[in-house]
Amino acid sequence: MTRFALKSLAGRKFRTILTALAIVLGVAMISGTYVLTDTIDKAFSSIFADSYAGTDVVVSGRAADISVFGESPQTPPIEASLLDEIRGLDSVEIAMGGVYDEANTKIVGDDGKAVSTNGAPSFGFGLDTSPELSVFNPLNLLEGRWPRGDGEVVVDAGTADREDFAVGETVAISTLKPKQDFEVVGIAKYGDVESLGTATFAIFDVSTAQGLFDREGEFDAISVAGVDGTTTEQLITEIQPILPADAQVKSGAAEAAEDEDEIGEFTSFFRYFLLAFAGIALFVGSFVIFNTLSITVAQRTREFATLRTLGASRRQVLRSVLLEAFIIGFLASVIGLFLGLLLAKGLEALFRALGLGLPVADTVFATRTVVVSLLVGTIITVIAGLFPAIRATRVPPIAAVREGAELPKGRLSRFTPVIAIVLIAVALLLLGYSMFADDVDTAQRLLSIAGGVLLLFVGVAMISSKLVRPLAAVVGLPARAIGGAAGGLARRNSIRNPGRTAATAAALMIGVALVAFVATLAQGMKASNREAIEEQIVADFIITSQDGYTPFVAGAGDAAANAEGTELVTHVRSEVAEIAGHGGYLTGIDPQQITKGYSFDWTDGSDATLATMGDDGLIVSESFAEDHELTVGQQVIVRTGENASTRTEVVGIYKPPPFYPLLGDASLTISAFDELVDRPRNQYTFVNVPGDPTEGVKAALETATDGYPDARVQTRAEWIEKEDQEFDEFLAFLYVLLALSVIISLFGMVNTLVLSVFERTRELGMLRAVGMTRRQARRMIRHESVITALIGAALGLPLGIFLAALVTQALGEFDLRFQVPTGQLIFLVILAVVVGLLAAITPARRAAKLNPLEALHYE
Amino acid sequence: MSTDNGTVVVARDVMRRYGEGETAVDALRGVSVEVPRGRLTAVMGPSGSGKSTLMHILAGLDKPTAGSVTIAGTEITTLKDSDLTKLRRRHIGFVFQFFNLLPMLTAEENITLPLSIAGEKPEEGYFDELIGSVGLKDRLSHRPSELSGGQQQRVAIARALVSRPDVVFADEPTGNLDSTTGTEILELLRHSVEELGQTIVMVTHESRAAAIADRVLYLADGRIVKELSGASQQQISETMDEIARV
Repeated sequence: MTRFALKSLAGRKFRTILTALAIVLGVAMISGTYVLTDTIDKAFSSIFADSYAGTDVVVSGRAADISVFGESPQTPPIEASLLDEIRGLDSVEIAMGGVYDEANTKIVGDDGKAVSTNGAPSFGFGLDTSPELSVFNPLNLLEGRWPRGDGEVVVDAGTADREDFAVGETVAISTLKPKQDFEVVGIAKYGDVESLGTATFAIFDVSTAQGLFDREGEFDAISVAGVDGTTTEQLITEIQPILPADAQVKSGAAEAAEDEDEIGEFTSFFRYFLLAFAGIALFVGSFVIFNTLSITVAQRTREFATLRTLGASRRQVLRSVLLEAFIIGFLASVIGLFLGLLLAKGLEALFRALGLGLPVADTVFATRTVVVSLLVGTIITVIAGLFPAIRATRVPPIAAVREGAELPKGRLSRFTPVIAIVLIAVALLLLGYSMFADDVDTAQRLLSIAGGVLLLFVGVAMISSKLVRPLAAVVGLPARAIGGAAGGLARRNSIRNPGRTAATAAALMIGVALVAFVATLAQGMKASNREAIEEQIVADFIITSQDGYTPFVAGAGDAAANAEGTELVTHVRSEVAEIAGHGGYLTGIDPQQITKGYSFDWTDGSDATLATMGDDGLIVSESFAEDHELTVGQQVIVRTGENASTRTEVVGIYKPPPFYPLLGDASLTISAFDELVDRPRNQYTFVNVPGDPTEGVKAALETATDGYPDARVQTRAEWIEKEDQEFDEFLAFLYVLLALSVIISLFGMVNTLVLSVFERTRELGMLRAVGMTRRQARRMIRHESVITALIGAALGLPLGIFLAALVTQALGEFDLRFQVPTGQLIFLVILAVVVGLLAAITPARRAAKLNPLEALHYE
Repeated sequence: MSTDNGTVVVARDVMRRYGEGETAVDALRGVSVEVPRGRLTAVMGPSGSGKSTLMHILAGLDKPTAGSVTIAGTEITTLKDSDLTKLRRRHIGFVFQFFNLLPMLTAEENITLPLSIAGEKPEEGYFDELIGSVGLKDRLSHRPSELSGGQQQRVAIARALVSRPDVVFADEPTGNLDSTTGTEILELLRHSVEELGQTIVMVTHESRAAAIADRVLYLADGRIVKELSGASQQQISETMDEIARV
């Protein structure tokens, strides 16, 4: 019987390959995701390992121990004099003081703008490159030499490569200071890492860096190596007593582990994000497998019956079909596994194209990748094959002597609608629970959303066989109008086996539903975003960093004040801080001027509150006030570090649009803010001009801020447009990932059509014999395919919109809008038609090729 | 596995009704048959007479509404599917009108399929003898699509004989063949009864085919209406016409 299963597959190579493809892509996505994220992980961990390779302990400043969405306050500097003290300690062999900046160093590219890192760090280091201290230097010089004195810099190989920098050239770099020219004296790479992705590196000598980063007489960190035989613990105990309160000492290993944990969180989020798409692809694939095996089992009814008359037991029939599924699944998984290696490269290229370049080391192909890919792919195929296999066992031996024997209906088939409705009900309960229940942890919430959506799709797919008839009647209308008799037959064909059409359409339905869901949700988000900005901003111009969300050096904002033709220039500082004991975003504003750029919606207080607000005044957003029970008049401590805290009083509470609050959770005056924060940075600088904003003023602002290439001057409308554009870019990225599942459903449609044509050989022969032309035969198959695709779209669109409405409702606290993106959804329907046309190419050709005479002799 | 009295299949008062209520059709209205060992029994009758139904029930492919059927001493009408499956492996062989060969297996693999299903190996001597007698020696590695209809039916007959079943049921074995090839197949069936001692029950509507039988049973309206032994083709044909006229 094993041989029977193997030969069955070998005898149907084309079909087997098409079936397997449905799983190959999903598995490739799993394997590709693992390979990519493992490779990124390895790159990062080698970056961190290299960073601290020769370092036993690190002394650094200590910021308030809080983290808001992974952001922590900047660490304060340590006195340079500490270096000599540490060097004087008995157990210390060597020590190096360094300046480390990871946000303010902007290398200017060809276009005069800062080289974009898209959120990745832009490092600026001041390193002592004396040979005796080389153990502390994580960089390896590829070309040239280390920088000596002002005006020299070493840049990383990745940036040099992308921007075409060569040793001896001059590059402009801005820091806390406006941009200055530096001579590139060397090109270095970080440890053994091939590329740092979009992160950039500029290495200066220590005193230059101290000047650029406002660290005169100070360091950000001191790296220490102990004399032979001292333990890290000994070093720490010896160094600890001489440190001031706002400094700390940690082992290099601990520091590396901390950094790694931080990045590990990011890569694991990224991994699960991509795996979710792999899961969707496999889910769609399982529909295709289920459908294809169901059809082939039905077509082989006679074969199974014959086997039964020859003494094969039900169990043997079951085993032989499952074995086929197993072999398909396993082969597909092996192919998918290796295709994943290619896909990882593809994904990396995709991310790079989107400006999300990630560091890359040698490709990591872990055992886990192999095991998970093979197991998941094989198990899913076998499970999808289980139902057809069970149906095959229900073929009675007597079917061997009946012509055109049909597969008997399953024992449970008449309960299908009931089961479907129960599944849908359970799905809705799960979705409701996950979205509206309180006190559910995130993992549980995500799990019940995934489970709910999964069940919803299965439920709708099960009940959809009942919907095929009416849907085909509607979406088949154009077929009849355009296709004439062939179109009419196509419509009839699509409803002759509603279960099959439904299962084929269901695979496409999933992709369509998810795209519709994402498109609708994004449309709502864009609307909310736009409204939030329009509600809050009254300024004519807004200056942000190039990426729009990281803060920029305050100097850039100050420079804008020098532009001609402005009426008002006011800044919004930003930093993470501990506010009333809780982590939050702190902004610094000029209470006298802010209302000319920003419009407050007061809950408690008024614009007049601002007029009288002093350096001890604090304005709090309503949500933060509610969460932490703050009221006007209350004393609140705001703290950013050991020696940086201030006592304030809440003077006003306001309600920003929850979707996109532009100010922080709490706001101080700029002068109070600057007392707390060592190197203050602006989130925005608002600029007003008399009358309407003109290109002239914009040019003047751009010239004024020319020294700071990270500053971006834009009008309110331009800003909104840029945010929309970023949404669209992210959407495009999601669409690419969802395209995978649409492609898989395309294979499913090809499969079903090929099998249907094969099954109807005799019928097609008859049609040809009574005068149907090849053209008409092709057209008939094509229309049938398009009708199936349209049924998929007709099921998927409402489902996607419904899910989007549900999520919008669940995110009510963020004031998310609900808007149906009609244009995009129409495009989606057109896409479904295209998918239908593509799927029909091969099957239609096969149908048209049939020789009427041979077809009638068939069997 | 023979019974003492030399009878392989015994059917008693077999009734078969399809459907329910007013639209119910009685295909068999009380048929009793004994199939003697080592003989070829033909079942004839006009279409709708119930001959196919009778064969299906005798072979355990269908269940009677009432009555009993024993094969090699085992009552089959009450058997569970799994026991019936085992019974088929050891005691029953089938030859079909449309051959029912598996297209992806070679002739040899098709022939030995019942043995592989049962997890057994062919007995070498017998297998060679069988292949010799069906005349397929140089066709063993061919697939069904590479064989003529007659050759395909030879493969099917070899398949039915390979496990030396107590009884072979042949359902219109020549119905899909031209007359020359049909004659060859009939000779082969006759040969397997005479030389190999096989018991065969054959349903046919051709008197030419029934002429090779030791005994011919006539069915009409779900009843056995006539029985001939050792009759010539002409006698068989005339009897058939008589029955059709009634």
